[in-house]
Amino acid sequence: MTFEVFMQQLANGISIGSLYALLAIGYTMVYGILRLINFAHGDIFMMSAYFMVFGMVTFGLPWYVSAAIVIVAAVALGVLIEKAAYKSLRDAPRMSIMISAIGVSFLLENLATYLFTGVPKGFPDIDILTRAISFGNVSLSVATLVTPVVTIILLFVVLFITNKTKIGMAMRAVSKDFETARLMGININRVISTTFVIGSALAAVGAILWGSKYPSVIPLMGVMPGLKCFIAAVLGGIGNTTGAVLGGFILGMSEIMLVSFLPSLTGYRDAIAFIILIIVLIVKPTGLLGEKVTDKV
Amino acid sequence: MKRLLSLFLCLIMVISLFTGCTKKEETSGDAAGSSDVIKIGVFEPLTGENGGGGLQELDGIKYANKMYPEVLGKKIELVIVDNKSDKGEATTAVTRLIEKDKVVAIIGSYGSGVSIAAGDIIKNAKIPAMGASCTNPMVTQGNEFYFRACFLDPFQGRVMANYALQQGAKTAAVIMQNGDDYSVGLGNFFIDAFKELTGDEKSIVDVSEFQVNDTDFNAILTNIKAKNPDVIFAPSSATTAPLIIKQARALGIECPIMGGDTWENPAVIDVAGDDAEGIVLSTFFDENDPATEEAKTFVTGYKAELAGKEPIIPAVAALGYDAYLLVRNAIERAGSTDGVAIRNAIAATKDFEGVTGVINFTEEGDADKNIAVIKTVKDGQFVYIDTVEVK
Repeated sequence: MTFEVFMQQLANGISIGSLYALLAIGYTMVYGILRLINFAHGDIFMMSAYFMVFGMVTFGLPWYVSAAIVIVAAVALGVLIEKAAYKSLRDAPRMSIMISAIGVSFLLENLATYLFTGVPKGFPDIDILTRAISFGNVSLSVATLVTPVVTIILLFVVLFITNKTKIGMAMRAVSKDFETARLMGININRVISTTFVIGSALAAVGAILWGSKYPSVIPLMGVMPGLKCFIAAVLGGIGNTTGAVLGGFILGMSEIMLVSFLPSLTGYRDAIAFIILIIVLIVKPTGLLGEKVTDKV
Repeated sequence: MKRLLSLFLCLIMVISLFTGCTKKEETSGDAAGSSDVIKIGVFEPLTGENGGGGLQELDGIKYANKMYPEVLGKKIELVIVDNKSDKGEATTAVTRLIEKDKVVAIIGSYGSGVSIAAGDIIKNAKIPAMGASCTNPMVTQGNEFYFRACFLDPFQGRVMANYALQQGAKTAAVIMQNGDDYSVGLGNFFIDAFKELTGDEKSIVDVSEFQVNDTDFNAILTNIKAKNPDVIFAPSSATTAPLIIKQARALGIECPIMGGDTWENPAVIDVAGDDAEGIVLSTFFDENDPATEEAKTFVTGYKAELAGKEPIIPAVAALGYDAYLLVRNAIERAGSTDGVAIRNAIAATKDFEGVTGVINFTEEGDADKNIAVIKTVKDGQFVYIDTVEVK
């Protein structure tokens, strides 16, 4: 392997890793607050991609206007899902709410199939993102460079919100102890809604960047990224935002490196994600940066 | 409030139970009561990764049904089921057609994997099936009830290898989808043919595999770029193809990229945009070169039916049309709706004038075809390059 090829693969890995990271933040935040694996997260991501197609192709809006609309629409969808499918189950056993999440996920996938058919739609070209630039023999699209930067910036924004603002303090309190936080007068519903707002907005940003790199929009496009980002969140320590980003990068990088160093195993690329998940669950169930939580009795 | 809600939900469930029942009775009553309908099952992927192609094929079948709605003085009813591009769903869908809907014959499916998966059920039920565009040899192999209207992958692989060679390619890289019978089959036939034609074992410089629903091909393509092949052959679904094409071009790979019949789908051009220019694919049919009288009528009629929905007539629609006609023709000659009688009538088909050429069946149940059409993309349109005949 030449140096150039290695650099190209490194860029590929960072790029896919940062996309995973963006989505993983959404998983990890909802889990932190509700102890719920939000299976519908990947489908909010998918719907955002469709919103973008409609904004730019059907209504012919410029990309920045569509992007803003997409983020707002995704946030609305995320909050709506929370209100409709999760809120009424707040005191139900954790299993019920998880099954409800799976139900919402299937509902969104089938709704999209019904409304938009299974025929792939082309994600609109965002000129400034899809332009290719090359350094010697290493060729990258602008999106490849922009994605990690956006991910890191958004990570800091999320960290700022959770650590420095009042609502963030409330979020941390709820995540530590749901019941006590409620007794202390924290508005639980507002905290949960905010979590979904942040998670869905990140999914929307992820969808826009994802679409620019992988422009085939189909109803099931959220399934695999959803699963992998969930794995990334577990890997980093579910509930921990920095961990989710770290997990995303590690996962993306290991996938790409598997292909580049062991080309004969390219067909097993998806397997690596699940192998990582199993190893993490066996060796360090709390993930890389997860804290050990003692269950309250 | 809660009690009210649960009561309401209970009510809905009970009602839905009843509606479910009545509906079922109605349909079964239809099947048993009225004998003036002949049911033909259509088994296609309408969702999932092959949903796009499945819909095109279905449109062709529906159009054929509109043009020839009757056989033996009875109306033909199409019973359409979706196999969701999934092998598990495929067996359920076919079982439903046979057990519940009691169809006399089955048409489909787009995608060889699902057809192979359903093969055994079809064989055991002794219901004849006519594949339209499933090109993997295993669909009909050892299954006397499965027929098909299209050419096979060994032939298609050879055609593409031949074409690559004619264009001066000495080395090739192959990308295929792990676990997909169509993609792996066609990929391997191409590899064999290319090695044989070049006489060089090392002419295939790279073989990479990916998984269903993969979207990132950068790593695979970076490896391929380093090996610098003269051509890339990537048999894949119309959902995956544009992703491979786009990412290859973004990585600065400039060699021609070739695919199989699945690529002749507007979605490929739609999604890949300018990067689709110059891709090469083989297909079954070209509307500008109608082979038979039936083809001429079909092209004019179907163009009007499409009414600009699609820029060209998709080859799979033509094959779907042919598959329907072959089945209808066989029922007519059999004079009965018995599965075995129809099967024998299909096998005895002689010089049938279809849209995609004159059709006879081989021992194995494959249409005896030796002509493929090669197309490319120019200015956002599929453009005819050549008709290839391989003996």
